Order: sequence, then C-alpha cells, then structure tokens
Amino acid sequence: MIRRLKNPVLHVVSLAISVLIVVPIGFGVLGGFKDNGQLATNPLGLPDPWIPSNYTDILTSGVFWRQLANSTLIALGTTLIVVGTAAMAAYVLARFAFRGRELLFTLFAVGLMFPFAVAILPLFILLRTLGLLDNPLGVILPQAAFGLPVTIVILRSFFRAVPGEIEESATLDGCGRFAFFWRILLPMARPAIATVSVLAIVASWNNFFLPLVVFNDAEWWTLPVGVQQFQGQYATDTARVLAYVVLSMVPALAFYAIAERQLVGGLATGAVKG
Amino acid sequence: MTATAAAPGRVPPSRTLAAHRPRARQRADRVAIVLFLAPALLLFIVLVLAPIALAATVSLFKWNGFVTSDPTLVGLDNFTRLLRDQVFVGDLRRGLTIIALSLVLQLPMALGLAMLLNQPLRGRSLYRLLFFAPYVLSEVTTAVLFRIVFSPEHGLATRTLAVVGLGDLGETWLADPDTVLFWVFVVISWKYFGFHMILYLAGRQNIPRELLEAATTDGANAWQAFRHVTLPLLGPTIRISVFLSVIGAIQLFDMVWVLTGGGPVHASEVMAVTMYRFGFERFEVGYASAMSIVMFLISLVFALLYQRFVMRRDIEGALTVMGGQR
Repeated sequence: MIRRLKNPVLHVVSLAISVLIVVPIGFGVLGGFKDNGQLATNPLGLPDPWIPSNYTDILTSGVFWRQLANSTLIALGTTLIVVGTAAMAAYVLARFAFRGRELLFTLFAVGLMFPFAVAILPLFILLRTLGLLDNPLGVILPQAAFGLPVTIVILRSFFRAVPGEIEESATLDGCGRFAFFWRILLPMARPAIATVSVLAIVASWNNFFLPLVVFNDAEWWTLPVGVQQFQGQYATDTARVLAYVVLSMVPALAFYAIAERQLVGGLATGAVKG
Repeated sequence: MTATAAAPGRVPPSRTLAAHRPRARQRADRVAIVLFLAPALLLFIVLVLAPIALAATVSLFKWNGFVTSDPTLVGLDNFTRLLRDQVFVGDLRRGLTIIALSLVLQLPMALGLAMLLNQPLRGRSLYRLLFFAPYVLSEVTTAVLFRIVFSPEHGLATRTLAVVGLGDLGETWLADPDTVLFWVFVVISWKYFGFHMILYLAGRQNIPRELLEAATTDGANAWQAFRHVTLPLLGPTIRISVFLSVIGAIQLFDMVWVLTGGGPVHASEVMAVTMYRFGFERFEVGYASAMSIVMFLISLVFALLYQRFVMRRDIEGALTVMGGQR
C-alpha cells in the first residue's frame, strides 16, 4: 500500500528534476536553430522557421574542428602519460617492500587535496621558463602530474588485490619483475586501467584554467577555451553562441554514453578508496 | 587514505622465493623500484610540489612577473595586505556561503534523490543516466549556456517566470548583486548534484539488505530505518562527498569566471578569480602568489583537520563494527 502511494511521488519528483536538466539543454539545441529575432520573441517554443545556418556555419568553418582535435590530442596525451607513469609507480608501491614506501604513497595521496587553482600562477611562470607556453605539452604534462594522485590511489589498491600466488608461479616460470608487470599484471588490470583512463580523459576534456593561461595562440585553443572566446566574440549573436555550446557538448555526451559504466564506477571507487 | 595502507615493512610472499639468490634479486629489485618510480616522481616534484614552493617564495616579493624586472623582497607585506583587502576577505565569506548552501541544499537533495532512485521505479536507470549527465559537461559550457538562460530580458528563466505568472517579480538573476551568488550556486548544483547522487547510490548499494530487513522486522518505519540504519552506514560516503564539495568550492574558478566574471561589483567573486585578476591581468604576481598560498593553506588545514577529526571516525567505526560482530 505504501509503495502504491509512494510511487507517483517518486515519478513526479524524478520527472521534475529531469525537466530541470533537459529544458536548459533543449533550449540551447532549439535556440541554435533560431535567429536572434526568434530567440527574443519566442525563446520557449519550436523554431519557426528552422534555421540550420548557425550549426552549419560552425561545422564548415574549421575552427570548431581544430579545437576538437586539440582537445582530443591533449586528452589522449595526458591520459597516456598519467596512466603509464602512475601504473609503474603504483606497481612498485603495491608489490615491493622497501623503506619509505608508505611515506611516498602518502606524499602522492596528499596531492589529492591540492586544488589545481593554487598552482596555476607558479605553473605559468615555470612553463614560461621551460618554453612550454603555446605548446600542448605545457597543458599535457601538468595535467598528468595533477592526475597522478587519484590514478595511483585507484591502481595501487587494484594491484594489491592480485593474489601473491600468481606472482609466485610467474616467478617460478622464470618471469622477472618487469615481465610480470607488463605481461600479467597490466592485462589483468584492464578494467581498472579503463576506469582511470576515462577519469583522466574527462578531467582533461573539461579543463579550462590551464589551457586558458598556457595558450595565447588561438591555434591551440581547446573546446572550453574556444567556447568562452566564441561567447566573447559573438556576444550579441546569442543564437550562434548557443549553437557553438551545443556542438561542444556533443563529444562529451557521446563519450559519456559509451563510457558511462567506467566513469560512474570509477568516481564511486575513487571516492571510496581516496 | 591511511586506512588502506598495510603495515609497512611487510614482505610480500614472492620475495621469499628468491631466497636462494638473494643478492642478485635484491639488486634487480632496487633497480626496478627506482626505474618505475622515477617518471611519476619527477612529474610530481617538478609540476606539483615545485610550483607550490615557487609560489611560497614569490609571495614574499613585489614582482610584476616579467622576466626582465627584478623582484623586491617585501617580507609578509603581501599577506598583511590580503587581510585588509575587502575583496579578498569578501571572497572568503562568499566561499563559505557557497559551502554552506551546498551542505544545506545540494547534498541533502542529492541524498534524497539517491534514496528515491534506490527504490524500484520504472525508468530508474534512465533517470540515473540523465541526472548524472550534466557532470560530464565542462563548467565553461554549462556557464555559457546558463548566461543565456539567465539573460535578463529574453532569457529562458525570465520567460518561464512570465509564463507561470511570476513575471512581476522582476528577477534580474545574475545582474543583481544581492542574488547573483545564489544563482551561481544553483548552476553549480545543476552540474554537480548528480555526481554526489552517484556517490550516495554507490554507498547505499554497499549496505547489506539484511540490516534494513532486520530494522523493519523490529518495527522500524521507513524514516526510522533511514535515520538509524542507512544514514549512519552512509557516513563514510557522506563525509567524502562533503570533503569533495568543500575542496571544489575552494578552487572554484571556471564557473564563476565565465558566468559572471565575479561581478556585479565583486558580488560573486571567489578567491581564484581575484588571484587570476591580480596575477594575469594586473601583473601583481607577488600579491597573487600570496593568495595562492592562502588558498593552499586553507585546503591543507581543512584537509588535515577533516582527516583528523571527521574521517578518523570511519576507521574507528569500522573497528567497532568488527568488534561488535565478534
């Protein structure tokens, strides 16, 4: 009886929240198909007529694709470096006994609570000294460094869980430390690797602060920087800005649709283990 | 963090196997340890620890940030100036406001939704997918979208009020210094409540069904079962979610920068925005570095105290549960 009473309430609440999420996004999608006159007189309704030129102009201009490619390159570069270096470190921190191990792990783990914004100014000075401004490595390397803590924490707990017997029998078969890591541990850890990779990709994809200060040259702008600059440039052309925002959402939402399980699972374990 | 650490110095079983040729093995191990740790350690030291040390140094100088100009040592002047800086002191107050709003509105709402979505409900997984979706959008995208949603004359928000007959309120959203911070908080919640909800759902699913069944058998109603079984057992998850929420508020930048730029008249400005203005626009790099260091110290002190006094109970709690079962 309680359930029958409760279920409509559940549906009403869930639907109300869904509306709050879908309506702003839907407003953006439809707004991109309007012109500014329509947006002013008819912000809520369907476009009349539908005007695809905002979208097609952006898609044929090349700037959007350039930024998409930059975001992709930087996300992949960051992920490759952070997962590679973190996996090696996590292996040592999980399966070797040596003095100072816990201290080292704590050092990395403490990095979990360093806000990125704290380091942005000195990072800028450092990258300028190293000549890495207007260079994708100037974003990739710091992102990888700041991604190390969460990646190491998740991977180490996974590597620890692999039973010692597996390593013993591998050793008996003549497998060295490196071969064990490369041929046995990494393939076994594929789900964990997938999880940390997805987390790294999303973090890199959404990063704005670092590319904002590192890339002066529009050639290197990533999508978040591009969206912000586009908004400044076409401040009065709201419909066009909406189209740009919507197009920049598409890759992120598509990626979410594909990697939803790793993302959600990764955030949950990351938070619990962290 | 410390809970997962095993007793230091425990030797993994595989080491004993190599006992017949210990020296070669040990040397190989030492080489492996160094080689495997080096890349991560190098990255971490050069790009995480060194910048913080650099900021600490620069914060003692007056410097415009240009390579050609010499910094002047001013001791702690930058820090005393911070204490007198009305904008920066206001940043602290606004940061605390956002944290308070999150703790009072956003997190309880996320918790409530997690409890709802834990019930059998048609379309449950679709709702879950949908509620989490804003989290994958970047703060910049979200902020640009909501700038337009909140645009005072023709925006979606104004028009919706008009349609439901509340147009007379004359709400100006982000243009009103009295309400702007609240609307910034609303957009932050729009993006992040799904994330906290997912954490709570994961925590809820770890609670053994038998415990709740036992409570119901003992005559507890739904609220009592939630209050006395679910909520305490969700403790660790809630504490993590509060922690992440506070750290997020301390480093808040993208959303505010794009949504309001900190305005009108600093009414929505936060620490990182003030730091950016001084460091990258007004070229007072020493002063901006002092702000970075204060942000760092706030996060560090908060994290240490939180670990010490709040999260510590999780370890003790786990121990008492184990003791109780025995």
